[in-house]
Amino acid sequence: MEYRLNLPVSEEEILKIKAGDVVYITGIVVTARDEAHKKAIELYDEGKELPVDFSKVAVFHCGPIVRKEGDEWKVVAAGPTTSSRMEIFEYDFIKRFGTRIIIGKGGMGDKTARACKEFKAIYAAFTGGAAVLAANAIKKVKDVYWLDELGMPEALWVFEVENFGPLTVTIDAHGRNLTEEVKQKAREIADKIEF
Amino acid sequence: MKDKLVDAIVNLMADAVIDLPRDVEDALKKAMENEEEPARTQLIAILKNIELARQQKKPMCQDTGTPTFYVKVGVNFPYRDLIKDAIVEGVRKATKEVPLRPNAVDVLSGKNSRDNTGRYIPYINWELVDGDECIITVMPKGGGSENMSTLKMLKPGVGLKGVKKFVLEWMVEAAGNPCPPTVVGVGIGGGADIAMKLAKKALLRKVGERHKEKEIAEMEEELLKAINSTGIGAMGLGGKTTVMDVHVEIAHRHPASLPVAIAVQCWANRRKSIKIDREGRIWNID
Repeated sequence: MEYRLNLPVSEEEILKIKAGDVVYITGIVVTARDEAHKKAIELYDEGKELPVDFSKVAVFHCGPIVRKEGDEWKVVAAGPTTSSRMEIFEYDFIKRFGTRIIIGKGGMGDKTARACKEFKAIYAAFTGGAAVLAANAIKKVKDVYWLDELGMPEALWVFEVENFGPLTVTIDAHGRNLTEEVKQKAREIADKIEF
Repeated sequence: MKDKLVDAIVNLMADAVIDLPRDVEDALKKAMENEEEPARTQLIAILKNIELARQQKKPMCQDTGTPTFYVKVGVNFPYRDLIKDAIVEGVRKATKEVPLRPNAVDVLSGKNSRDNTGRYIPYINWELVDGDECIITVMPKGGGSENMSTLKMLKPGVGLKGVKKFVLEWMVEAAGNPCPPTVVGVGIGGGADIAMKLAKKALLRKVGERHKEKEIAEMEEELLKAINSTGIGAMGLGGKTTVMDVHVEIAHRHPASLPVAIAVQCWANRRKSIKIDREGRIWNID
């Protein structure tokens, strides 16, 4: 199935989506990599205010190239980064912020899949390296936070996107994890290969 | 001459991150034609992205990599002393002008240098050769695929069978992380450092180009077939093409050691070269 989603999405909408479906999203997407996940969780636990309401946006594992033209930031290239690095943070992140859509590449592990099931969220993969394709769907850079402290790749970039995709859902809110299934099958095949 | 060299480095970097070599693009096209869903959608997106990058003159991937250079310098090349500075300055300038993503982070402070230069970066692999010319190759190597590099010191008793098993199992565990379809470089023998150097250098070979020695060429074919039979596929979503090619290089080993190094290159297998002659004329070479 293919879905066109407008953010923020409801629990009902998320529950309709199954692993293997393709989605395109319109709304606000915020980039967050290792450092941003860590910092957001720390601030939350200290009871401090965060610059973004992560329950209303999609979180995008991405360290873009952006260029300042006059007063405005322009996105040059913005493909996804490897999501498995965020595996150590994602359960805690989704639990605290109620984020419903996580976007990245390469798939995520059991802990994230558990968070998606418990808190009704999905993980979707944007084609790795397809940075110009992604940049073309980003209509505007609305804001940037933590830029001085974390640098261009790790900062929180707030993007307004239109028909951002194709995103292939690999973890749904029902407990399926497509990339882990592929990997498990590959292990079984590899075990049987004799050189 | 220095300014001319700096500009040549800027152009070389821009060319490398914007324009994917044709052999790689052809391999991706072939994979797409041969593929079913969901891998097909991934390959179509990749091919569309390659085209858009060329049209819009933008880097094909936001991770413009760690600037890694291979320099073959002739013993009689008259501008030997300018090369290093020209590369460092060229990288700095390219970061602003192309632009490239600043990817050099200080290990101690965690601060990004913001211009892709720093301790040992850009890294230059030097090779001294006969003659009066110089060939400079850049390989902007992305972090996602670089994180899937590995080295293992195997027990010599496991033999080449053990080597192949190790490579296969490693690529299964790497799964979708290095942005497949990838190119895999394997370095066998030497010491730990030599094996890794060979593995990485093997990535500079064209997709589809076999090793000149028959036995090594056969090992490459065998590994290529084995890895693709596991069905990891484009972006780890399942499919027929997990690797576009496997390139193996070997060195003599110590009797007690069997080092095996694996270097993985994402589908954005970026590499570009220029040649400079003694008169300072510069060509793009394939």
